[in-house]
Amino acid sequence: METLNFRFDSKPVPRAANPALCGVVGSGNLEILVKPGIEPEACRVRIKTSARGFGETWRAVLDSFATSHPAGGTVIAINDMGATPAVVTLRLAQALAEYQGGAL
Amino acid sequence: MIPSLAARHSWFEATARARLAGLLDAGSFTEILPPADSQPSPHLALLDLPGAFDDGVVVCHGQLEKKPIFAIAQEGQFMGGAVGEIHGAKIVGMLRRAAQEKPAAVLFLIDSGGVRLHEANAGLIAISEIMRAVLDARAAGVPVIALVGGSCGAFGGMGIVAKLCSAIIISEEGRLALSGPEVIETVAGVEEFDSKDRALVWRVTGGKHRYLMGDCAMLVEDDIAAFRRGATEFLASWTEPAPSVAHLRAGQQALEHRLAAYASYRDGLQVWAALGVAEPESVPLLDRDSLVALKEGLPT
Repeated sequence: METLNFRFDSKPVPRAANPALCGVVGSGNLEILVKPGIEPEACRVRIKTSARGFGETWRAVLDSFATSHPAGGTVIAINDMGATPAVVTLRLAQALAEYQGGAL
Repeated sequence: MIPSLAARHSWFEATARARLAGLLDAGSFTEILPPADSQPSPHLALLDLPGAFDDGVVVCHGQLEKKPIFAIAQEGQFMGGAVGEIHGAKIVGMLRRAAQEKPAAVLFLIDSGGVRLHEANAGLIAISEIMRAVLDARAAGVPVIALVGGSCGAFGGMGIVAKLCSAIIISEEGRLALSGPEVIETVAGVEEFDSKDRALVWRVTGGKHRYLMGDCAMLVEDDIAAFRRGATEFLASWTEPAPSVAHLRAGQQALEHRLAAYASYRDGLQVWAALGVAEPESVPLLDRDSLVALKEGLPT
């Protein structure tokens, strides 16, 4: 297992009343928990992943997410079981939509 | 697409959270220890494996047709729904609370291969505590209904737990047994049981077989709404009986009779023939309603 920590600048997202969870820690999948953070212009991400050595891939995927979505003011925790970048991108968008109150 | 299929939400394919969302009255789901407040398994972390925030089980209270209920849903996609220490403690906590607060029922959405081997004794102890807690809740008059229709079925310790519940509602896709097919093959050889033969696995452990044998109170379609209707219908006519030695003796006698009658058979097909099914080979292809009609027409 590898633990990765990142911080990205991102446009603020309105603070939500409840944390949001999506996905399951199953093979090729991951779970993402989005909680309110204290820095309105930053998104902090902590990842625990079973696949070692993909730190730069995570950085690229998350950087792209933080640039294209307003995710400032959140703390994102991820438990990963080998999800591909495409799955990670979809789940991040899904988790942020749920955080903002969007139903599935 | 056929409209009835388009409208169906498969229980088998759904996550534990999606099952609960469709099972309970809309808006009534209230999670105890939600993911943001709970801890992933410390045992998995020691083994350098990522855990899940909810440790693979969702516990909640809510309503079913406006009646207060508790629900427990195992996530089969996380480690095969296996029971670890925290996972087990969440289940036991809900069952003990049910014995005190007496909701109309506990719905136990089982989807598990049994003990989480990574957690060894902690998982075994958790299973035994769950068994005791199920019986305590029932002794307090609270029905505990097992709903089985997930990809992991109900195996190992969770197979025993399912049978300790007041009743089991199962889908054709659901499976229920003690040792899983791969375990039997590993221990006793492929001549004993071929776990790669999926049709055989279902003929021996699957929902239709369990329903025909009388192990499950209801057979429902692989549909979240069908499980909801099944649970509602079952609870409407069920009162938890007071535990009695006579009841246990009768159950034991029924099991001894079953062993004597069927122990030499190798396949569900042989058992169904012995039960009086005229065309046993047709059973796997029957739809749910036809199978229920077939069972009702069997000699008792």
